Amino acid sequence: MTVETITTTPKMIVRDLNFFYGKDRALKDINLTIPEKMVTAFIGPSGCGKSTLLRTFNRMYQLYPNQRATGEVLLDGQNLLDKKQDLNTLRAKIGMVFQKPTPFPMSIYDNITFGVKLYENLNRNEMDERVEWALKKAALWGEVKDKLKQSGTGLSGGQQQRLCIARAIAVKPQVLLLDEPTSALDPISTAHIEKLIDELKKDFTIVIVTHNMQQAARISDFTAYMYLGDLIEFGDTSTVFTNPKRKETEDYITGRFG
Amino acid sequence: MPNLLRESLHKRQTVLDASFRNLTRIAAFSVLALLAAIIASLVVGSMPAIHAFGFGFITSPEWDPVNDQYGALIPIVGTLITSGIALLIAIPVSLGIAIFLTELSPGWLRRPLGIAIELLAGIPSIIYGMWGLFVFAPLFADHVEPWLNDHIGTWPFIGPFFSGPPMGIGMLTAGIILAIMVIPFIASVMRDVFDVVPTMLKESAYGLGATTWEVMMNIVLPYTKIGVVGGIMLGLGRALGETMAVTFVIGNAHELSQSLLMPGNSISSALANEFAEAVGELYTSSLIELGLILFFITFVVLSLARLMLHKLQKREGHGA
Repeated sequence: MTVETITTTPKMIVRDLNFFYGKDRALKDINLTIPEKMVTAFIGPSGCGKSTLLRTFNRMYQLYPNQRATGEVLLDGQNLLDKKQDLNTLRAKIGMVFQKPTPFPMSIYDNITFGVKLYENLNRNEMDERVEWALKKAALWGEVKDKLKQSGTGLSGGQQQRLCIARAIAVKPQVLLLDEPTSALDPISTAHIEKLIDELKKDFTIVIVTHNMQQAARISDFTAYMYLGDLIEFGDTSTVFTNPKRKETEDYITGRFG
Repeated sequence: MPNLLRESLHKRQTVLDASFRNLTRIAAFSVLALLAAIIASLVVGSMPAIHAFGFGFITSPEWDPVNDQYGALIPIVGTLITSGIALLIAIPVSLGIAIFLTELSPGWLRRPLGIAIELLAGIPSIIYGMWGLFVFAPLFADHVEPWLNDHIGTWPFIGPFFSGPPMGIGMLTAGIILAIMVIPFIASVMRDVFDVVPTMLKESAYGLGATTWEVMMNIVLPYTKIGVVGGIMLGLGRALGETMAVTFVIGNAHELSQSLLMPGNSISSALANEFAEAVGELYTSSLIELGLILFFITFVVLSLARLMLHKLQKREGHGA
């Protein structure tokens, strides 16, 4: 788990995290450290708990009864799982993008301002600037700058997903959670998003769940391999992919199973 | 031999397929034929009244079977006012029910509550009418109407609507009973359309830090607006045409009164009450014309709803 090659600052620290769907234990004593302004990838076969782990970081599971987490998830030393932690403030610090593009049924402009309006009182000019900034960061500005008033649902799948990324970063979060962000996209759109992720890590700490091992190898700095709710191996990506310490990791990566 | 068999099979399938297609076509077209026939018979039936009173039928408050003078203003106003009151009450309550059922209710409560609402929709309207007349109206007259008189009745502008003798029956009572009757319809349609909103879409909004209220108002409602308006129209359609329950509590008086506490009349309850005793061609014909007007109002309401939805969609950029 120690990494000599890259110097990093920890952004999030997960300690003894367990997760339950009713009585089923979906995460077992997870411990790991997410470094700041790096891309950390969670890989593993379906049902291994990688999405569940991601969803504890913004407590999305709390929308559903019978789902609960124990342990600690620290963001800059503050425990997110603490009941006293205000959910909405937490979610403003941690943005999320989903498997499928989820543009809101409103104009492109309103899609971006939706989250911003919840926390900030910007005047017209500042808001326009913020929208432009977010869309530029998401590499979408050039394609939509002349049709900001049109519906976000009219864009192509890849554009919609970049719109969702723009919407997430418009509130200036510290961490960006990406839950298989390219699984519904064609290869060209996927390449766009991957390039974008590489750009975004200058400003944001990124955690990505992916089914696609090549994707993890291409874009992440650190990789966590999970299996059946256990964190099997965690380390810098090149080590995990070229010289895994555990046999299970090697089996999965070389395609012997999964 | 097998070739021959296949051919006869093929022939039989062709015939079956063709007859099936024609059967469904007949079924579909019979709806259009029925609609046309109903409109035609209403128009033919109301011809004598149209000839006798012309456009004045709609604007005249006169309803005098003795002198054979008829005007539809009072029933039209009564129908619109009672339905309006019903929607005013039913829309927010239904919205609350649907939001609670889809977003906030604990899992174990969801099914029983849902079933209760569907049962409420299944109660025959005459039972609502009886309950309204024997239970609700007296309570309303004893406890609510005096209060309305004393408090809201003294306000400027809207005061006159809420002052009058506390009789229990009247337009306001009819509107409230109608609201109770249409709530299950509107609420269950709203619940069904809220249920189809993709979880991920809602989670995206929650993920930005939105509260349940913000998610419902800014995401779920816009996403489901066609279904929601459809549910409201279904309720309005029922309220406009509801006969039995309204007849029990509206008072059936051909009087135009500013106060909502006073008795009035609605188109459907006028029809139900008076058809049996309608003698003479002009009386019957006037009642049929009332029916035609009700038909027309319903048609206009539905068309307006469609138009509104179309405009909403255009503003969002779908049409561009």
